[in-house]
Amino acid sequence: MALTNEHIQHRLTEKFGDLVSNFSVLYDMLNFEVSTDQNLKVLQFLYDEADLNFQFLTDLCGVNFPDQIGRELAVVYHLHNLQDNVRIRFKVFTSVASPDVYTASKLFSAANWMERETYDFYGINFIGHSNLKRILNVDEMDYFPLRKEYPLEDQTRIDKDDQMFGRG
Amino acid sequence: MSRPVRFNTHPIEAKLSDAISVAEAPDGYAGEGFFTARLSDVVGLARKNSLWPLPFATSCCGIEFMATMGSHYDLARFGSERVGFSPRQCDLLMVMGTISKKMGPVLRQVYLQMAEPRWVLSVGACACSGGIFDTYSVLQGIDQIIPVDVYVPGCPPRPEAILDGFMKIQELVGLESIRRRNSYQYKALMNSYGIE
Repeated sequence: MALTNEHIQHRLTEKFGDLVSNFSVLYDMLNFEVSTDQNLKVLQFLYDEADLNFQFLTDLCGVNFPDQIGRELAVVYHLHNLQDNVRIRFKVFTSVASPDVYTASKLFSAANWMERETYDFYGINFIGHSNLKRILNVDEMDYFPLRKEYPLEDQTRIDKDDQMFGRG
Repeated sequence: MSRPVRFNTHPIEAKLSDAISVAEAPDGYAGEGFFTARLSDVVGLARKNSLWPLPFATSCCGIEFMATMGSHYDLARFGSERVGFSPRQCDLLMVMGTISKKMGPVLRQVYLQMAEPRWVLSVGACACSGGIFDTYSVLQGIDQIIPVDVYVPGCPPRPEAILDGFMKIQELVGLESIRRRNSYQYKALMNSYGIE
């Protein structure tokens, strides 16, 4: 029997109850939200169960929602079941004041660099990560450029036409 | 149907002056068997017609540079047949393309490895000013980290524009005094970039 979104949702709510929520299906892909401190347990459960078998972490990234007070930052996990060719995606939310999320790099080696990138751009502190430092930007950078509180443009320029670069 | 073979039955005799251009001699005093001129002029003449460029190509301007090097535009006509890929052998650093902030120290290192006298040609909007990439990751002009002699605008500039910039560099090289690199002003310029 092919793995269905309903089955995945049923297995997750059966195991975790209220800690997983906000299930929805977008473009045939199951999305849900996980309580911040449960991300590793959910990943492990999805990995271990024979009928779920999500053993491939396709992507891990961050999102900034500045309007959601107390849960401004999200970490998104994309998982793939290679045998049934089913993909799912879940988010954990954290606050910008204490952006702490447990690292998935012990479960998936692939998460190592992706968490460094997420830290680089959003400043999410992955607890337990072995080498949490900037990966793409210069080491001297003193802010997290993809957080929306910082403007995208380079503020050090004075000789460019401001209107053309969104600073007007 | 195959193309008929034609023969040029009235060939124009080849003239050497059509194929080779000879640089003009500098101003000086010529007599029988001797010639006197300013040393700076002679050195400048030699330098400007034998520049070794070091291409530092990171993006689309580099593609235009490849066309400039190719047979159609042919940078070799200007005495730069030999494009060096070691900074220690080259006189002219040609920076073509977007330089990110992380690439900045690398570019600076390449510049420092070049021996004096050295010149820098900044090709394209990105190298000159950051171009359209007004963003946190891109260096807003390479003149923030190394001194630039000639700027070539364009996004990307055509090979003709690169050649024009190159000829401007040749002009600078030809007119440069041999004492310039020892001058107080030059040292002050280098110090303003934190070099030496």
